[in-house]
Amino acid sequence: MSEVKKMATREAWGNTLKKLGELHDDVVVLDADLAAATKTGIFKKAFPERHIDCGIAESNMIGVAAGLSTVGLVPFASSFAMFAAGRAFEQVRNSVGYPHLNVKIGATHAGISVGEDGATHQCNEDIALMRTIPGMTIINPSDAVEAEAAVMAAYETPGPFYMRFGRLAVPVFNDRPDYKFEIGKGIVLKEGTDVSIIATGLEVNESLQAAEMLAKDGINAEVINIHTIKPIDAELIVKTAKKTGKVVTVEEHSVIGGLGSAVCDVLCENAPTPVLKIGVNDVYGESGPAVQLLAKYGLDAEGIYKKVKAYMQ
Amino acid sequence: MNKLELQKMANEVRKGIIEGVHSAKAGHPGGSLSAADIFTYLYFEEMNVDPANPKDPDRDRFVLSKGHTAPGLYAALANRGYFPVEDLLTLRHIGSHLQGHPCIQHTPGIDMSSGSLGQGISAAVGMALGAKLTGKTFRVYTLLGDGEIQEGQVWEAAMLAGHRKLDNLVVIVDNNGLQIDGSIEEVNSPYPIDKKFEAFNFHVINLDDAHDFDKIKAAFDEAKTVTGKPVAIIAKSIKGKGVSFMENQASWHGTAPNDEQYAIAMAELERIGEELCQK
Repeated sequence: MSEVKKMATREAWGNTLKKLGELHDDVVVLDADLAAATKTGIFKKAFPERHIDCGIAESNMIGVAAGLSTVGLVPFASSFAMFAAGRAFEQVRNSVGYPHLNVKIGATHAGISVGEDGATHQCNEDIALMRTIPGMTIINPSDAVEAEAAVMAAYETPGPFYMRFGRLAVPVFNDRPDYKFEIGKGIVLKEGTDVSIIATGLEVNESLQAAEMLAKDGINAEVINIHTIKPIDAELIVKTAKKTGKVVTVEEHSVIGGLGSAVCDVLCENAPTPVLKIGVNDVYGESGPAVQLLAKYGLDAEGIYKKVKAYMQ
Repeated sequence: MNKLELQKMANEVRKGIIEGVHSAKAGHPGGSLSAADIFTYLYFEEMNVDPANPKDPDRDRFVLSKGHTAPGLYAALANRGYFPVEDLLTLRHIGSHLQGHPCIQHTPGIDMSSGSLGQGISAAVGMALGAKLTGKTFRVYTLLGDGEIQEGQVWEAAMLAGHRKLDNLVVIVDNNGLQIDGSIEEVNSPYPIDKKFEAFNFHVINLDDAHDFDKIKAAFDEAKTVTGKPVAIIAKSIKGKGVSFMENQASWHGTAPNDEQYAIAMAELERIGEELCQK
């Protein structure tokens, strides 16, 4: 049996920044003393003069990125999600979002899969915060292939971006010839008729596995990857909801304000459908190995399987 | 412009401030008036800008970090020809391009949206850094309030500017001594301001009268000679300068004059203008 290749999406973030650096002279990268962890260090090694370490000052980093963008550069700013979206929320809102500047934020170490660092560093609120900013594009890639596609697309697309990456190495499952990334377009990974599982980030692969387990129980689940949380693929969400009549959302994020809320926003206005939201249930995370935490919080394939099974009965 | 012309223009800027905030029935006259001479000097003498080409990539940049004093900036921009002076009467009105705080998307000549205190200086640092990275020679100016420097982000930005030796950056602190809740010394003293910026590796210039164009010119001329360090000009000013009953009154930080007060203020400024014309 061949081993499934695993890679953290933050690794793809760093690799793609280097690739962009090779392609485009106007790419600059900012970090806040976490270059080794966020993987912007990969870019720094190749282009030290275009890597700006702002030190431990995320609020200023976002403002500096805003300024750089006004003089025609394309800044990619990186920190942990907790600090990029949390600490610097108001800078992102007022210095990037309001002027609609061409700033790309790459937030790593999102969700509880940060692991041992525990709750202070496990950001389960970033998608909720970023969704409230008008004009912000939010992408939560499901693996390294999708992460690379997202970063490349962010360069090509004017305007502010928030991209969410994980610390944990996760299976690379999108490396197939027909994979196509388009901002704002969800991807149907498995057709089904009984229930629609709409997932994002590392929960996409967990949901695919859960769907296989459900199939053995005679439940035919449709699995959809929503990598772009904003602008969300309302058309696809309405279509699948009308098809199956039952929706489950899965995300490594609070059930308040994230993918689940975004899907409910779409459905309540366009196709009222019962929705089960699977995510972090309005609690803080804790220290522990990432894989064990995902299991404890019901966010691995087994946990998703059990919740969907119960929901179907 | 010579000194007299600058004085006349600064008086026009002050009239624009009073007309704007009176029309808006809201806004911040105190800090706009204290910085009126700085605005005037920057846009009519110091900065390399062209109102006909407001997006010129090689232009000097200005970020109003103390964004609430937009009425002063708008009055300078209007008189410089970025948009009609009559627009000042639309300040803060629905549909106007003159928002309560500067907006890069709405107003010609605005280089950065600002108003949430502490954020403008970071953008200015980014612009100055961007010039260095791209080999451009434009200079970046940013105006901060002396109360604003209570914001921690200001010092994050200052630390990076000093560390990166951004000698194309000039930070001006409008030191009028008053903030909304009273004297800056009573609320949470930022003094000594000069020593703080020195400690952050700035070249510091103490401008002891931010309403004297000879001294303003000397400060900005000195700034241009500095290499290897960003410059901070600590500009001692009078809040509400030019309107007698507004001078040195914290209560005029964010209050618009009523019709009667407006008439008195405009009469005072008209008189100053007439006196300048007789020189």
